Amino acid sequence: MSHATTARTDAGTNRPEPGVDRRPLARRRRNRVLLQVACILITLFMALPIYLIALAAMSSRQSLQKFPLSFIPDNFSTETMQTFLQSTGILGGLINSVQVGVFTLVLSLLIGVPAGYAVARFAFRGREPYQLFLLFTRALPIVVLSVPLAQLFLQTGLYDSVLAVVLLHSALALPTTILITASVFLGVPRDVEEAARIFGCSPVQAFLKVVLPMAIPGIAAASIFTFVMSWNEVLGASILTLNQRTLPAQVLSSLAESPLAYRFAGGFLLVVPALVFIFFMRRYLTNMWGSTIR
Amino acid sequence: MTLLFGWPMVSGVLQAFGGPEGLTTANFTRMSQDPYFWSSVGNTLLLIVVMIPIQFVLALAMALLIRAKPRGASAYFYIWAIPLAVSDLAAGLVWLTVFTDRGYLNSLLASLGLEPVSWLAYDNYPSMFGAVLIAEVWRATSLVFVIVVAGLQSIPKDYEEAAGVFGASFWNRLRHVTLPLLRPSLQTALILRTILAFQTFAVALALTGQNFPLVVGETYRWYTGLQDPNVASALALVVMAVSMVTAVGYLKLLRDQTEAAR
Repeated sequence: MSHATTARTDAGTNRPEPGVDRRPLARRRRNRVLLQVACILITLFMALPIYLIALAAMSSRQSLQKFPLSFIPDNFSTETMQTFLQSTGILGGLINSVQVGVFTLVLSLLIGVPAGYAVARFAFRGREPYQLFLLFTRALPIVVLSVPLAQLFLQTGLYDSVLAVVLLHSALALPTTILITASVFLGVPRDVEEAARIFGCSPVQAFLKVVLPMAIPGIAAASIFTFVMSWNEVLGASILTLNQRTLPAQVLSSLAESPLAYRFAGGFLLVVPALVFIFFMRRYLTNMWGSTIR
Repeated sequence: MTLLFGWPMVSGVLQAFGGPEGLTTANFTRMSQDPYFWSSVGNTLLLIVVMIPIQFVLALAMALLIRAKPRGASAYFYIWAIPLAVSDLAAGLVWLTVFTDRGYLNSLLASLGLEPVSWLAYDNYPSMFGAVLIAEVWRATSLVFVIVVAGLQSIPKDYEEAAGVFGASFWNRLRHVTLPLLRPSLQTALILRTILAFQTFAVALALTGQNFPLVVGETYRWYTGLQDPNVASALALVVMAVSMVTAVGYLKLLRDQTEAAR
């Protein structure tokens, strides 16, 4: 009886019959192992630096001064993080960063969602040039905009305010927001909308009650993207502000004269949103960067 | 939108040529006479030329690995995509923990009984370049990776299976079936990556300070450090011109090849 069951399970894993060439199977197995090894190596390359900066940010100052540094978390401490958060400009920068991110998000959604809907629903001429234009704005060096904008904002009194950075970031994020929301709306079948119309909804009602709920996950993805882009942008933010710095701008401007522990803590704080972002976005990533740009 | 894009462009051009008495090219002269300028141009170009091939080979390999569906593929995908959302300043700081004099790399060397090296010292150009290169490869390969994965998903498996049935080896299938079908994705990735690579600066700034100047970093320095927006605009214009030329050049080059192949 037991013999019969083992025979059956072995058949499931393709156990070769006597006299069958085993080499292809062996090669297949070896390839699987090589595949795993390659994956693990790349994962180490990608994940190890993040582990190390987390480790450095969570170590006390004394243990950072030791040499050689320990690779395992032996003395967990929030001292470095605390000192970093208490140093001048950091908390303000953090608040500014969050403010800029949220306002940018709201502004680019207010403009981007209707625009994306329009792009998706109404066929219009010049789609190709339009997409090329969007690609160019994505690729436009931020410096090119920031320096003249700084002059403009100086004249209008907007300089060194959260609003100035919000405007710049919205301009930078809008093309991508439009592309993502457009592809999201394309994914909502037109039939559903028409059915809603037949059952007596006005166009606006149909949009709000039927289309929008179906598009919400994708729009959420777009908004997280916008937030992260704004969170990461450093050059424009540091050119457009002086006292109302965002966090990256603050870290950048004090880079030269700050101690190492400060830089590690700053780096770690800048990385954290990325971890969260990719975690929520991993399903949409290929859609976002693949089909929408092309 | 027009206000935020069009107006700054025009005034940027004016500013680059502007001076105390009317239009002049003095800003460009000043820019090119700056001792840091040519080395920043050289560094930027060298970085791009070395980095882009590495990134594409690595990203392609990663995408093919994911497509082979190893155990835990979704976890791998998550980890490999993380750097996509890491800014270049943060990436520079992350790698600073590794490369700094008393950092993790030297700790590893010391615990192996080897002599520590000051990787980021200004007189050690190759290792400085290597550090910036690794940090940039780490940060930006994810973007190419995700684009290539998306491109691979849109290729029907049938083509490759057909080629396999006719006895094509892995390399032959890759060269004659997969890569040609991936061309649009690769083209997008190539344009985006090259143009974004011109804008790299915070990685180098975080890792080496002013020891490894890059063009956009120079713009930042002229604007904030030396308080000269005119020269900063001139530099920005150079960056933009080079980006545009590259993008158009790529489009032309790649399109011509596709048409010749038909």
